[in-house]
Amino acid sequence: MSAILAADAPAPVLEAIELRRYYSVRRGLWRPAQTVRALDGVSFALPAGRTLAVVGESGCGKSTLARQLTLIETPSAGELRLLGEDCAQASREERRLARRKVQMVFQNPYGSLNPRQTIGRILAEPLVINTRLGAGEREARVRALMERVGLRPEHYGRYPHMFSGGQRQRVAIARALMLRPAVVVADEPVSALDVSIQAQVLNLLRELQDEMGVAYVFISHDLAVVHHIADEVLVMYLGRPVEQGTAAEVFARPLHPYSRALLAAAPRLAAGRQRGEALHGELPSPLDPPAGCAFHTRCPHATGECAQQRPALRPLGERLVACHHVERIG
Amino acid sequence: MALLDIEDLSVEFGTDERPFRAVDNVSLHLERGEVLGVVGESGSGKSVTSLALMGLIDFPGRVRAARLEFAGEDVLALPERARRRLIGKDIAMVFQDPMGSLDPCYTVGYQIMETLAAHQGGSRRERRRRTLELLEQVGIPDPTARFSAYPHQLSGGMSQRVVIAMAIACNPALLIADEPTTALDVTIQAQILDLLAELQARNRMGLILITHDLAVVAETCQRIVVMYAGQIVEEGAVAEVFAAPLHPYTAALLASLPERSQGRELYALPGVVPGQYDRPQGCLLNPRCPHASEHCRQAAPALRTLDQRRVRCHTPLDAAGRPQS
Repeated sequence: MSAILAADAPAPVLEAIELRRYYSVRRGLWRPAQTVRALDGVSFALPAGRTLAVVGESGCGKSTLARQLTLIETPSAGELRLLGEDCAQASREERRLARRKVQMVFQNPYGSLNPRQTIGRILAEPLVINTRLGAGEREARVRALMERVGLRPEHYGRYPHMFSGGQRQRVAIARALMLRPAVVVADEPVSALDVSIQAQVLNLLRELQDEMGVAYVFISHDLAVVHHIADEVLVMYLGRPVEQGTAAEVFARPLHPYSRALLAAAPRLAAGRQRGEALHGELPSPLDPPAGCAFHTRCPHATGECAQQRPALRPLGERLVACHHVERIG
Repeated sequence: MALLDIEDLSVEFGTDERPFRAVDNVSLHLERGEVLGVVGESGSGKSVTSLALMGLIDFPGRVRAARLEFAGEDVLALPERARRRLIGKDIAMVFQDPMGSLDPCYTVGYQIMETLAAHQGGSRRERRRRTLELLEQVGIPDPTARFSAYPHQLSGGMSQRVVIAMAIACNPALLIADEPTTALDVTIQAQILDLLAELQARNRMGLILITHDLAVVAETCQRIVVMYAGQIVEEGAVAEVFAAPLHPYTAALLASLPERSQGRELYALPGVVPGQYDRPQGCLLNPRCPHASEHCRQAAPALRTLDQRRVRCHTPLDAAGRPQS
C-alpha cells in the first residue's frame, strides 16, 4: 500500500500536514497588496530511505515547498514534522537545531559553491558551525566522505573553478551529507548536467541512500529521471497537489488529466511513438488563479462543474487524486 | 543540389603554438526540407559548428573549411556585406535562452519589424501587417496586444515563440535551432517542438536541431549526427542509430538514459569529455571507452562509411553491442 496512505507504515522522518505558504505581493503604490497562495495544502509522509519526487511546471510551488521543508522559510499554516517534532511553529533556536537534520542540494553547482574557498573548507563548514569537533577530526571526516562520493584526496585543497559540473555536484552532495541528515531536499540536482554525468550522479545518490538510509525529496521536471529514482510522486499544479501515489502506479497509469498531459508531453526514445496532443496554453498567473479546479482552463475534460467547484484531493484505490471526473474519463 | 554542404570544417581557438580544436574536420550535408539532429555533451563542439556557419566566431577563433556551401554558394568566399544579407534571411538561428535573445528595451513587435526592415524593406504598414501575421503563425494569442509587449511581460514559452517568429520572418531555407527548448517546461517544450515541426513542413525548411536530449531527436529528426570532443563520431538515420548504435559513445549515451535502464543502477560512462589540455592520444574516447584496446590508444580512427552510416571507431559495435574487429 502507498506509504502516503498507510497507517502502519514505518514512522516518517518528514511529514507535512496541510502545509501552506502565502506571500503578500505589492503591485503598486496605490493598489492593495495581494496574496499569492504559492503552496496551498500539501500533505505527505516520507519514511527513512525513501524518495518522494515533486513534479510540475515552473510556478507550481515546487521550490516554495523546498524552502518550507528545509526550514529556510516559515510556513503560513500547517504542520511540518521532522523526526516527529513540529517545526512549523517552533522557536528560532529549535529551528536552527532542526536544520541539521534536513539539508539541501541545489540545481546549479556553479552558483552554490563559494569560489573563494577550497573544497576541504567548503565541506568542513557544516562541521565548524554545528559541531565541536577538532580540526584533525573534521579533516578526517571530510576526507572520508570525499572518498565516498568519488572525489580524489588531492581535490581537498582545490577550488571549485577547477572542477567540472558533475564533480561540483558531488561536492554539493557531500556537503549536504556532512552532518548525516535524515532528509536531503534536492532541487533539480541533475538538470544542469550532461546525460552521461547525470547517470553518474543519480547512481551516487542512490548508493548513498542505500548506505545511509537518508530520505530524499527530489524536485525535478525530468519525468524519466523521476520515474527512475522516486518511490512516491507528488504532482503539483498552481500550489496544490493534483495527484499523489507510488511512482510505479502514477507512471503506469496517471489518473489526473494534468499528470497525463505531463507524461504525454515528455519526449521518449521509443521508436515510432507519437507524442500525445500537446497541452494548450500556459500556467495561469498564480496572482489570479482560475476559480474551481485550477486546471480547468487547460483541461480537455473540463465541464461546468470544474469551473465552479474545486475538487478535493480524495483517495482512489491507493492514490490521491483531485479531479471531479476521474471515474468518467477512466 | 544540397542545401548545406560542409566539408572538413575546423574551428580553432588559442594561440598558433598551442591551438585548441573546438571543431575538428566536421563534414555535414543537409537537403532542403530535411531535419537533422546534432547531439553531444557540453564541449562537444555542436554549438561552435553552427556559430561558424553563421559567421559568428570572433577573433581569436579561426574557421577553416575545405568547403562551406549554402545553396551552392561558397559562404567563406562571400564578402562580409553579402554574407550579412544571407544570414538572418536565408539562414536563421534560434538560441537556447529566449530572454537573452530579445532586447529588453524594445517591444517584440518592433524587434520583428527590425528584422524585416533589414532584409526585406517595405513600408512601415506592410511590415506591421507581416509582423502580426508572423505572431499569429507562431501561435501567440491576441497578436495585436502582444505586438507592443516588452520581453519581460512574456513567459519563457511566449518569448521563444517570438524568437521563432523573428527567425522565420524572411522565410529562411535553413533554420538552426540551438537547444531551443532546454530552458522550457516539458509541456511548453512539446508545444515549441510541434511548432517547429509544423513550420518546417509548411515552408519546406531545412532544420538543424542542436540538443543534448536524445529523446527530442528521436521524436523530431530524420537523421542524427553524434559529436564528441569536436568530432563527428557517428551519423545515420535516427531509427537505425537508436536501434543499433555503431559507436561505443552513442551506445553509452543511450544506455545512460533512465528510460533505457535495467534495474536500479544506471549505466554510466566513467570520466568526462576531455578539455583543452587533456585530449588523449589516439581515439579521443579511449580513456572512457569500455572496449578500448592498445590500438585505440595509439591511432586515431578515421570517420568511415558503413552502409548508409558513418562511424569513427576501429571496432564498431555489432547489433548485439559487441565490438567487431
